[in-house]
Amino acid sequence: MILEGAAVVIRQDNIDTDVLYPGSYLNIADPEQMKPYLFEGLDPSLRDQLGRPTILVVGENFGTGSSREHVPHAMLAWGIRCVLGKSFARIFYRNCINLGLPAIVCPEAVDAAEPGVTVRIDTDTGTVHVGDATFQAVPLPSFMRDMLASGGLVDWARRRLAEAG
Amino acid sequence: MPHTLAEKILLAHSDVADLAPGDIVMVRCDLVMANDVSGPVAFRMMEKMGASTVFDPAKIVMVADHFAPAKDARSADLQRQLKEWSDRHGVTYYGQGRGGIEHTVLVEDGWIVPGSVIAGGDSHTCTYGALGAFGSGLGSTDIAACLVFGSFWQTVPATIEVTFTGSKRPFVTGKDLILAVIDAIGVGGGTNTVLEFVGPGAAALSIDERLAVANMAVEAGAETGLFPADEVTAAYLSGRTNRPWQPERSDPDASFARRVRIDLDGVPPLIAQPHSPGNVVPVAEAAGRKIDQVYIGNCANGTITDLRQAASILAGNRVHPDVRAIIVPASQKVYRQALAEGLIDQFVAAGAIVSTPTCGACFGGHMGVLAAGERAVATTNRNFKGRMGSSDAEVYLANAYVAAAAAVAGEIIEPSAVAEGVPA
Ligand code: SF4
Repeated sequence: MILEGAAVVIRQDNIDTDVLYPGSYLNIADPEQMKPYLFEGLDPSLRDQLGRPTILVVGENFGTGSSREHVPHAMLAWGIRCVLGKSFARIFYRNCINLGLPAIVCPEAVDAAEPGVTVRIDTDTGTVHVGDATFQAVPLPSFMRDMLASGGLVDWARRRLAEAG
Repeated sequence: MPHTLAEKILLAHSDVADLAPGDIVMVRCDLVMANDVSGPVAFRMMEKMGASTVFDPAKIVMVADHFAPAKDARSADLQRQLKEWSDRHGVTYYGQGRGGIEHTVLVEDGWIVPGSVIAGGDSHTCTYGALGAFGSGLGSTDIAACLVFGSFWQTVPATIEVTFTGSKRPFVTGKDLILAVIDAIGVGGGTNTVLEFVGPGAAALSIDERLAVANMAVEAGAETGLFPADEVTAAYLSGRTNRPWQPERSDPDASFARRVRIDLDGVPPLIAQPHSPGNVVPVAEAAGRKIDQVYIGNCANGTITDLRQAASILAGNRVHPDVRAIIVPASQKVYRQALAEGLIDQFVAAGAIVSTPTCGACFGGHMGVLAAGERAVATTNRNFKGRMGSSDAEVYLANAYVAAAAAVAGEIIEPSAVAEGVPA
């Protein structure tokens, strides 16, 4: 799978899901309605860079904290194609893979990315292009590649149910 | 092949002949739990999967706790969805007046036994490690798949062995032990691992204090935290559950990713400063900072043990006139026990308010939200920016003695300075 978009960069490490999507908006269940609150506690102006195909570029231990799936739901609703990071917190990482939003680990590419630069990622080979530079990401295990290729856990489950009749 | 406790539990819940850290396996759940925030999203995902039935209604529990009692019409609707769904599928539903905070309720009602696997739609599902159970905090789509298939994918984690030696000093509780661990390994130090708590200092902890320790394993980035079951666990479970269980522990020659040793003789009461649970210092170093609110409650530290600790400081004292003290028993059972012991009366007499069990202000939901510029001391587990309300508010995490002492003094203070004659 090839993913391309303009870099939206969050440099700080240990960004938690509370600042990505504050708790008081957790009583919203429709992803379209979650969009206005993404990044609310961090920097609401980051949303101005969204709305076109984008790649979110992040630091270490991104998405730490609550299990709130609202974060990747809102990211997908905004058209974020992929999250490229130095490392991810476990539940955020699971949620991304399960929703079919690739989360790719490549610290060197993160350091090279400036806001707005075109980032192109091949999730099969792990190659990451940032502008003219090329980097090699930690390859995804085949289980996760299959999950992403089938569109995430919902489609994976649909197929499994269909096979079971 | 020798295995850690976590590996043994995962092996017993999967179909593989053997496993090692890094393997991805499908893990069977003994219990699936969700709440009024994660549940309704999971139900939508389950519909999208095209599933109409659950794998086993007897192994599913729904708890309304985050926005309970409903803070507005939207929250009320989420709770109605949770109840209607539970009724339709014949699963256990804990509504207001019947339960409390999910993790406390599941533990005290005997749903959790050592060696079991719990998939929970909440990141603090790791709390069940206090009883030697593998609690995995999951998002709503994961939970949807668990509701349908009774299993989730899991990358087998390595284990960090955390040994507590020595014995606790006065006014030090389970909260300080886990803050010391997070201080030692960092908020990302447990990534892709399980924390296993052993040693004489671990064995000496009550279940309530083990809950506080296991609860914050996720704050170190760990998959979960585990106390191997022992006599303390057995005594706690006796009369509480009919579910069969066996004590298990790591093989002596199992391989650990890392070994960490914390000598409790050297651990004073600690406090995590804004805006990270890893920003840990001795209480003495933060002393003197004025505060606006104290919050004693949450799934880590809203137990009867915490309320007794708070009462030992508050009884006969007054909450400082500039401070709002909010005390939230974690469950109906804790609430009633506190009533029976006269603690609630002591709190109210001291000028604190006591609310019904709820997550409430712990996550900035309702019932005690902070204004810009305010500072709180809370016995909760997260002090991220904006966690309890305004992103310009500050939250300090500490044990119930420290929180209660701050309520009396109006500033952060060593509990020993307030608690003349209180036996710690
Ligand atoms: S009390 Fe706080 S940390 Fe615990 S489950 Fe509720 S919101 Fe989460």
